[in-house]
Amino acid sequence: MSIAVDLATVWAFIIAFAVFVYVVMDGFDLGLGILFPLFPKKADRDVIMNSVAPVWDGNETWLVLGGGGMMAAFPLAYAVLMPALYTPMIAMLLGLVFRGVAFEFRWRITGERNKWDTAFAGGSLLATLAQGIALGAILQGIHVEGRHYAGGWWDWLTPFSLLTGVSLVIGYALLGATWLVMKTEGELRDRAYGLSWALLFAMLGAIGAVSIATPFLHVHYTQRWFAWPNVLLTAPVPIAVAAFTVLLLRALARKYDYQPFFLTLSLFALSYAGLGISMYPYIVPQSITIWQAASPENSQIFMLFGVAVLIPLILAYTAWTYYVFRGKVQAGSGYH
Amino acid sequence: MFEGWDAVVLARAQFAFTMSFHIIFPAFSIGLASYLAVLEALWLWTGREVFINLFNYWLKIFAVAFGMGVVSGIVMSYQFGTNWSVFADKTGPVIGPLMAYEVLTAFFLEAGFLGVMLFGLERVGHRLHFMATLMVAIGTLISAFWILSANSWMQTPTGHTVNAAGQFIAADWLELIFNPSFPYRLVHMVLAAYLTTAFAIGAVGAFHLLRDPHQAGARVMFSMAMWMATIVAPIQIVAGDQHGLNTLEHQPVKIMAMEGHFESHKDGAPLYLFGWPDQAEGKLKYAVGIPKLGSLILKHSPDAPMAGLDTVPRENWPPVFIAFWSFRIMVGMGVLMAGLGLVSLWMRMRGRLYDSRLLHVCSVAMAPAGFIAVLAGWVTTEVGRQPFTVYGLLRTADSASPLAAPAVASSLIAFIIVYFAVFTAGVVYILRLMAQPPRHGEHGPTKEAAAGIALGAGTVPGAIR
Ligand code: HDD
Ligand code: HEM
Ligand code: HEM
Repeated sequence: MSIAVDLATVWAFIIAFAVFVYVVMDGFDLGLGILFPLFPKKADRDVIMNSVAPVWDGNETWLVLGGGGMMAAFPLAYAVLMPALYTPMIAMLLGLVFRGVAFEFRWRITGERNKWDTAFAGGSLLATLAQGIALGAILQGIHVEGRHYAGGWWDWLTPFSLLTGVSLVIGYALLGATWLVMKTEGELRDRAYGLSWALLFAMLGAIGAVSIATPFLHVHYTQRWFAWPNVLLTAPVPIAVAAFTVLLLRALARKYDYQPFFLTLSLFALSYAGLGISMYPYIVPQSITIWQAASPENSQIFMLFGVAVLIPLILAYTAWTYYVFRGKVQAGSGYH
Repeated sequence: MFEGWDAVVLARAQFAFTMSFHIIFPAFSIGLASYLAVLEALWLWTGREVFINLFNYWLKIFAVAFGMGVVSGIVMSYQFGTNWSVFADKTGPVIGPLMAYEVLTAFFLEAGFLGVMLFGLERVGHRLHFMATLMVAIGTLISAFWILSANSWMQTPTGHTVNAAGQFIAADWLELIFNPSFPYRLVHMVLAAYLTTAFAIGAVGAFHLLRDPHQAGARVMFSMAMWMATIVAPIQIVAGDQHGLNTLEHQPVKIMAMEGHFESHKDGAPLYLFGWPDQAEGKLKYAVGIPKLGSLILKHSPDAPMAGLDTVPRENWPPVFIAFWSFRIMVGMGVLMAGLGLVSLWMRMRGRLYDSRLLHVCSVAMAPAGFIAVLAGWVTTEVGRQPFTVYGLLRTADSASPLAAPAVASSLIAFIIVYFAVFTAGVVYILRLMAQPPRHGEHGPTKEAAAGIALGAGTVPGAIR
């Protein structure tokens, strides 16, 4: 048993890692789509698109790893969560269809107004909203009987899940804006700075609202965060959020290139750690723990070999791709 | 739409619909990725300009097809959870790891090097760029390896046991991965992807040869495609035959449906060419068949007895009509493909490969042959496996999510609308790209994308001028 316990925890971390990498990588990439309507000029849009065109597919692959990995490592959780989140999931997939094809399709038609730009923006917004809502729906708890989801097909829709949905839109938009700060120049970059300021304050508001609302969802969360001695472990999270916020404000004020993006990533990481603190050891909050959902040992061990060897390799060649396409993107001047 | 359909039927329709869209793109991108690797290798080796022109020409088409493959594939991987949650719970421990390995070994490889392949020629130099192209091509093949292993396990499950929670768990991973039908399915599917691509490329080449028989790029691609047709189509027929023998051994009921054998034949079964399978009456109406040939092909003896569906309880019959006809469509396409391959060989030997209008017209007409055969083949395979998802062990009806019919119906309608809108546009863009001949100084997605220049205009990047 003891080895099964450890394995399940290891796998919980692996899946959490995959989802986190997805959130930060596809996050800025979806964020660019969310910001698209604010950059109506075709030349700007071309630059924005080109800043992610070589990497978006890799970014989205982490989503496939998160989902596929969950089916493999925690099949019961996958089988319960997916039907529970049916509508947001389908919406997310359709959103991803629209924005994914736009990367190639938009070059296939000419003119200032491009319907695939609209598809890119709309798809990104829809997918983000759906992801945020799904997150909220998971946190607020899911009705399970036996090995099945037993709720209705609208249970996911609550004020709390809408709040998390909107919060994620803001967060991704901030990631996108700071990405643009890093990857662009001139007027485009100035606009991105301006947006970063506004979005940062909105994001702080969102983090605050979600943090206040979460403990009220369930006593489990309250105890987790505020009971002694847990508070020793949990208190550093909000403190660190405050510290990174100060750094981020400074970086924006001094118009740094790289820092805003990476500091925003740190804020994401902290919020994510907060989520982990709230949820652990449940994978379906309040009903299924990671041990109950875990695959048999031999499945988890079999995949562990692959993960141990391949994830470092994947990170290495992904880093290489980003390195190849490093630096500022310029309009029309042969960035590629 | 869909009133009166139950949730399981709707989920099946949704799976079939989204899968059929998805497989069209892999069938093309597996073949094209390998073709691009060959073109680039030829260019690096010979230095002939025509190869890099062709490379850049097909690269643009590949980029569009690949993007559609990716987004439709992501839908597939989540559908196991949303629509087939009981299936996901029960088979997750065995096919989940196979698909996880697919992500780790194939999808990341494809995605990681795709950016460099599409946009990086000037950034990384020729050798590294060729390596990126090669990685993408290898990635598509590795992807086929894992997903077909997963699918084959569902067809011919081995190497597993069942635990207390009713989940399938691995007893022997090697046995599970290399299950009995897997080698046959892998070979047959990879060849199918190559053939599909060859016929698409051949049709584009022929189309431009019809306009200008001296078009250099069109000549090269047409000739390459026809070599593939000549050589690979007959191999595919042999592979298909072997696949069928394997199926007879492991899924005899599927063969009965494909062959329209409702009744058993004690001394030698006929090979039915055509007929009208009537599931309700359990009869093949208006059958046209060749006596004893069925036994000869499947059992290598004209008088060997063959059992029919009358030996199988009705609740285990697959939908015979679909399996019977989709199989014939596939085989028909295979025969036509081999036929065109032979004709082209004959024309080639007579030195008329580039100016036989009839050959070119036929090649253009055969453009969709591969796609049709791939779809028909998968329909045969999947419908023939019914009413099970894991053959003999888990029924389709017991695999579905506990969803209300209206939820599934609405998502199905959404998929239908979105897929037709989006993928029709994509196909139109691909056809438009194909309608242009490959030019001198053809550019890849590179400059064009960077400068936002419309199709066809634009300058040649320095490195490949
Ligand atoms: C024989 C080949 C084959 C088959 C049967 C399937 N696929 Fe596929 N799939 C591919 C061959 C492929 C590919 C060649 O690897 C693709 C096509 C274009 C691409 O981007 O990769 C791909 C893409 C692709 C992606 C996107 C990968 C990415 O993010 O880069 C996913 C998630 C899936 N597929 C999932 C599935 C699922 C769940 C299937 C079965 C139900 C399935 N595929 C059948
Ligand atoms: C790539 C080509 C494929 C095509 C065209 C295809 C097509 C289909 C079709 C038409 C059905 C419906 C059969 C029926 O309801 O009568 C089906 C069912 C199914 N297939 Fe596939 N399939 C493909 C690959 C796969 C793969 C690779 C897997 C799994 C790894 C898979 C898993 C399933 C499952 C779980 C069902 C049951 C649901 C159902 O009956 O609709 N399929 N498929
Ligand atoms: C003309 C001779 C052919 C024969 C005798 C043949 C035979 C078969 C058989 C028996 C199956 C079903 C196997 C099973 O489910 O157990 C199958 C499936 C399939 N066929 Fe063919 N086939 C032929 C040609 C083709 C061609 C030309 C293509 C495509 C270009 C093709 C593509 C497929 C695909 C994609 C499948 C589903 C995947 C699989 O089970 O391998 N086939 N074929």
